[in-house]
Amino acid sequence: MYGRKVKLRFFFVFLIFIILSLSVFLIIKSLEDNVIYFKSPSDLKTAAEIEKKKIRIGGMVKIESILIKEKEVKFIVTDYKNEINVIYSGVIPNLFAEGKGVVAEGFLKDENLFLATKILAKHDENYMPPEVKKALEGK
Amino acid sequence: MASLIGHYSLIFGLFLSILIIFFSIKNFRNSLIFDNKIISFSFLQLFFVILSFIGLIISFVNSDFSNETVFNHSHTTKPLFYKISGTWGNHEGSLLLWLMVLTLFLFLFLLKSKQQNKKYRILTLLFQQIIIIGFFIFILKTSNPFNYIYPIPSEGLGLNPILQDPALAIHPPILYLGYVGSSIIFSSTLSAMTLNYISQKWASHIKGWILISWIFLTIGILLGSIWAYYELGWGGFWFWDPVENVSLMPWLALTTLLHCILILEKRLILKSWVIILSISTFSLSMCGTFLVRSGILNSVHTFANDPGRGFFILIFLFCLIFLSLFIFFFFHQTNDKKNYEFFWLSKETAILINNWFMMYFLAVILIGTTYPIFLEVINANKISVGPPFYNKLMTPFLIPFLFVMAIGPKLKWIKSDIKNKLNLILFLILSILLSAFIIKNLSVSFLINTILVSSGLYLFLITLKDFISKSFANLSQNLAHFGFSLLILSILLNNIFSKEIITNMKVGETFVSEKIQINFDSLVKKNIKNYDALIGKFEIENENGEFDILNPELRIYNQPNVVTSEADIKTDIFTDKFITMNLVQNQEYFNIRYQIKPFMVWIWFSVILISLGGFISLLKRKYEN
Repeated sequence: MYGRKVKLRFFFVFLIFIILSLSVFLIIKSLEDNVIYFKSPSDLKTAAEIEKKKIRIGGMVKIESILIKEKEVKFIVTDYKNEINVIYSGVIPNLFAEGKGVVAEGFLKDENLFLATKILAKHDENYMPPEVKKALEGK
Repeated sequence: MASLIGHYSLIFGLFLSILIIFFSIKNFRNSLIFDNKIISFSFLQLFFVILSFIGLIISFVNSDFSNETVFNHSHTTKPLFYKISGTWGNHEGSLLLWLMVLTLFLFLFLLKSKQQNKKYRILTLLFQQIIIIGFFIFILKTSNPFNYIYPIPSEGLGLNPILQDPALAIHPPILYLGYVGSSIIFSSTLSAMTLNYISQKWASHIKGWILISWIFLTIGILLGSIWAYYELGWGGFWFWDPVENVSLMPWLALTTLLHCILILEKRLILKSWVIILSISTFSLSMCGTFLVRSGILNSVHTFANDPGRGFFILIFLFCLIFLSLFIFFFFHQTNDKKNYEFFWLSKETAILINNWFMMYFLAVILIGTTYPIFLEVINANKISVGPPFYNKLMTPFLIPFLFVMAIGPKLKWIKSDIKNKLNLILFLILSILLSAFIIKNLSVSFLINTILVSSGLYLFLITLKDFISKSFANLSQNLAHFGFSLLILSILLNNIFSKEIITNMKVGETFVSEKIQINFDSLVKKNIKNYDALIGKFEIENENGEFDILNPELRIYNQPNVVTSEADIKTDIFTDKFITMNLVQNQEYFNIRYQIKPFMVWIWFSVILISLGGFISLLKRKYEN
């Protein structure tokens, strides 16, 4: 019926198709598992249930809220409407300060407590993370 | 004065572009030989762009604050070196640098391509001029480095302190040589495609240009990575940050192209694939510029930015891609099937397989980098994609990639069988045993790590054997592959053996754990020209009783008023001991991070080896001609 060459070519096209769809599937699948959503304190207050996955929160560090101990730092993140307590142990970037914007990554313990695993450093003192800006402006 | 000269040089430069285009079209139609006037004009254009750049440098050196760029990014108390490097440490200046490299490469291309066909040279010049004009307009319209401010401020705002660093002073120029170097590959591919000029001779001529931009891009990425390692104080060398990703994507495309052009040079097949790669390399470089400049990316090292600029680059990029696709579909002639035979076991199959792997890596990075943008547009969710995504998707495929990389160079072109089968199998067994032995006693997942290490080790041993048996026929390839195996092994071992301690300490306190003792001995304050330094003294004793003193620093800059940490790193051949100290506002505690990072030096060294491989290949070409 068909020559060997045609069959081979058909096989090739089929193989490439399979590989392509497989890799797209793989990528999309792991995107779902690995993306980290960003929430503002108000988002967390209005949420129906407590998020189990790793998330990022952002807002302003409330004035006079930083409390540091040997093992951990406690502070409050606010978007001037709602606030949330954060407990963190790890590297603290130099630009982390009261009254400045902050983005923290970690897990929500309960409605009022966030256990941070990372505080993201920003390199420019004028720079405000877009999410924080939006979180402060909007809502 | 200097800014004025700079500004008018730019306008002259743009004017020259039009002149060059006019003469080249005339020359293209009418005459048989290449008109040397065009080269003179190109030189003149290069001269004006350089003059403009020097004008900007002089404005920076003299702290001429009537210039807006200087005002925004400089300060009188800044050391001279950083005044100069501040020239390209900002958006406007770095674009001027882009433009300078664009014109430089065009001029060099005209000088170096004398043996090539006249029409091909002129058409390449025309395509390159389109890019150059685009950038001229972009600079003059949206990001002119020579804007005036009045009244003249008495003091500037200062350069972001983390950019005040020697590695970052040379990182942008070298990276740009790589980025922008791909523009000449792009232009000449379009031109060769239009004229149906793609031949083995063309392949060997363009290979030189690919090598040059590949070497610069490799070293540029390396410098950025080294800088991030010691300056950001995160103690890593790669963070999968969007800004890093956009430099890695053109690198992957360029590396693929570099391998693919070898097949074209030897066998004159895969023309279309080479063309697509050339176009995508340059598009990815442009895309990188767009993503970094537009501010739509949520990156930890975002520049101050402006959506208007991003929009312009985006439009320009689309025009270029559209132009190249148009040429690709209407002018590109596919192969006469003369030597279109492919056999499973041959060098070109091996190269092609790894081409596809690299394209897969590229796709992963591209999706990971751009997905957050799309998602935000679609449903306003703000997300970020972290390192686990990349690690999970890329690491498993690294295994076959490394094996093909080890065996591929052993194969012959067209059709081959495996010689020395016994040797290859012996090495495989040896590397599996060795890595099992290394991993066995560690608290990491045994299977995946053993397979990973053994595939890296396999490539390492096979390339090493070639050095030992003195088969130098393909030294450049062997060296680059050897470097890559060393890179993978160092990264793996670095990951497995890294340790870190993070704690908050006051001066005089001691941190004690079963393995290590850190004593925060004292804190000294020093005044230096444009910052105050707080230098800590830490005495660290490990379980073997070895004793180190490390002095990390905190720098409090005067303008802008910013605190940065300077890590202190004690490097020896096998491990880096890395300590950073961070200030917590109005508190007595300092945030201390101590890390033991094995094989860091080897990571840097292996990347140098990889680029050295490219350099040797370049030298060899020169020697052979």
